[in-house]
Amino acid sequence: MLSRVANCIYWMNRYIERAENVARFVDVNQSISLGGTPQWAPLVYASGDEELFSKHYGEFSTENVLRFLLFDEQNPNSILSCAKYARENARTIREILSVSLWESINRFYLRVRDGMAHSDAVLQNPHQFLERVKRSSHQVIGVTEATLSHGEAWHFARVGQLLERADKTSRILDVKYFILLPAASHVGSTLDVVQWSALLESTSALHAYRKTFGRIEPKSVAQFLILDRNFPRALRFCVVQAQASLHEITGTPIGEITSPVTERFAALRTQLRQTTINDIFNQGLHEFIDGFQDSVNGLGSEIFSAFFDTKPIETTDVASDQKISESSFSQTQTQS
Amino acid sequence: MLEGYQRNGAFDELIDGSGVPRYRGLASRLNTLNFTDLAVRQKTAEEHLREKGITFAVYGHSDGTEKVWPFDVVPRAIPSAEWNQVERGLQQRIRALNLFLDDVYGPKHILNDGTVPRELVLTAKTYRPVCEGFRPPKGVWTHITGTDLVRDKDGAIYVLEDNLRCPSGVSYVLENRELMKRVLPEVFLGASIAPVEHYPEQLLKTLVQTAPQTADRPTAVLLSPGIYNSAYFEHSFLAQQMGIELVFGPDLVVADGYVQMRTTTGLQRVDVIYRRIDDDFLDPKCFREDSVLGVPGLMEVYKAGRVTLANAPGTGVADDKAVYAYVPKIIKYYLGEDAILPNVPTYICDEPAECDYVLSHLHELVVKPTNESGGYGLLMGPTASQAERDACAAAIRANPRNWIGQPMLTLSTVPTVIGDGLVPRHVDLRPFILYGDDIFVLPGGLTRVALREGSMIVNSSQGGGSKDTWVMLNELAT
Repeated sequence: MLSRVANCIYWMNRYIERAENVARFVDVNQSISLGGTPQWAPLVYASGDEELFSKHYGEFSTENVLRFLLFDEQNPNSILSCAKYARENARTIREILSVSLWESINRFYLRVRDGMAHSDAVLQNPHQFLERVKRSSHQVIGVTEATLSHGEAWHFARVGQLLERADKTSRILDVKYFILLPAASHVGSTLDVVQWSALLESTSALHAYRKTFGRIEPKSVAQFLILDRNFPRALRFCVVQAQASLHEITGTPIGEITSPVTERFAALRTQLRQTTINDIFNQGLHEFIDGFQDSVNGLGSEIFSAFFDTKPIETTDVASDQKISESSFSQTQTQS
Repeated sequence: MLEGYQRNGAFDELIDGSGVPRYRGLASRLNTLNFTDLAVRQKTAEEHLREKGITFAVYGHSDGTEKVWPFDVVPRAIPSAEWNQVERGLQQRIRALNLFLDDVYGPKHILNDGTVPRELVLTAKTYRPVCEGFRPPKGVWTHITGTDLVRDKDGAIYVLEDNLRCPSGVSYVLENRELMKRVLPEVFLGASIAPVEHYPEQLLKTLVQTAPQTADRPTAVLLSPGIYNSAYFEHSFLAQQMGIELVFGPDLVVADGYVQMRTTTGLQRVDVIYRRIDDDFLDPKCFREDSVLGVPGLMEVYKAGRVTLANAPGTGVADDKAVYAYVPKIIKYYLGEDAILPNVPTYICDEPAECDYVLSHLHELVVKPTNESGGYGLLMGPTASQAERDACAAAIRANPRNWIGQPMLTLSTVPTVIGDGLVPRHVDLRPFILYGDDIFVLPGGLTRVALREGSMIVNSSQGGGSKDTWVMLNELAT
């Protein structure tokens, strides 16, 4: 398939997944805040956009942070921006999407626009809107499964989705870390259990966790979200599945190292297989998450240069000194 | 529902001069609906269009870059006997125009013997000297044409414009039909209407048939200028329907003497390019140097016969509005036949006597630039202000070659839903013609409707909408 098309479908899915995860972030924080002192600053810190936020808002009030994360067009990672970029990418490659996939992405965008039109009411009580964002994302994922051929395009879409999800699950864990840090004495308290449950709920993981571990303990929750092999939002699951799709694309056996990108995947997978939760806590959860996010960013860059990068081509015509602009390929991309 | 309908003096496509429906079956099926129904259906249709993202972009429009395609639910019908005549007329015209292109870029007989003035052709901005001596596969220059037809007060159908470059609108023909079936299924009952759904198949066939001889299993692509182009929806729609790649300029590169596309697994050869960008932007090494939409070196590969461009570069000279005036003569010259479809009488400002006529009759003529499309730069004499007419006169005097004048036609009308009533609105018709091994005319075409009262400007960029067009196979016009 065309490099540009592969790039677009990869980013289309990353943006859909990103929008869903921003909705999850806000939702978990909303739950954690109720009945306690609302803390919204960690949310902005965890998404890495604090500089942009300070420039436009200043105070970390509930309303400011929600507006920034949900509807601010100047924030490239707001739900509105993500929906817009996802649709823009989809529109660029509409001819390779199934009709129903395009329609579900278009509807996603229209729903977010609709929320934007009633932003004051949504900011007062965002829950319903956030639910709708999550449901729309799930609809896109379901329609992708059911109507797009599971060929190269589908695998690129999947790699984008899984890498984004792994990155964001790690950030959700980080939010909890930021919030708890000043009150380490709460560990094991009732409040603590409520907060960890909210976190599991926000990743749709509560039931699956209960079945695996039963009681709620911080270490087990972290273990579940980082190291579980079967839960679809866990870091390890995402990395293993993304690696499988990548090897489908290259047509090589899983784990065989033929390029920088296959090498990075193999290394990250090995790390997640060999690391125990005690190792992670000894190292520091926050430090581990930082390292993991670096690895995911590294994978993203390697994927770009292996498949999407349109290097100028040596033409047979000697007189040709035209360099093809790469800007048109990256204009709808931003990375957090 | 048709009861209170008032014609406005133009030819009406549904109701004749004595108030009797031309298609009784269609009229009685429309009459089973009331306005409440119709308003609901109209809303359903608009909702459907928004959800499907069937939109077009309007340059300089500030409210977002996309607008939903305005669609009217009352179809425009054409009796099949009349359609057969139109179809033959279009086939004749396309055959002659392709012979004309072959000739003016080849031996130039028609210019040498003065049938068409040499200067008029060679000074056209759309004449491409680079195409001289080149003959595209099978002599096909205009693979896809979208001829504009109008019906005047007298009931006769005229050719208004030929549109031989990158005509758009066919996707709306297909979408309009689909939409009608969804929102007004009962109106179809008992009617036999010529199908349009096979257009993508015919188009793909046309592209493959005109591939270079050397291509074994030809690969066709659609080259689009990108998502901000006003017709982008159509580009992606057609690429998807035909199952071919939609590419942008930077996706293509000239390597090893061929045009190739950049894929995740390396370069892949391209044999036929259905290009939806203008000649000017095709190749910065040959035409506009600042073009980033095209492919450097493309024209060299093209002239070596290693890639087909549809439509061929240089076709614009045959739809120049001054050359248009000569089309009946062109048909006679190459085919020895009289034109089946008449032209609108045209005054060429490049001819001094005709120019004087135009200048002294500005208040009753439509004046058009010879090389614009989309209704840009038009002067509607009768409704223009004196200042507008003066400015136009000055422009004509400064460069008469650029202008033509035509009598103001009264376009026919079709009942159209406006507010909560049916009122007459003026329409034109753009059939689509494909030329590969033979000439295929899609039954019907795009009916564009001017939604403003009294307006004759049907372009979507200027407030036009569209209707489904029915070639009626079993209902006789009365």
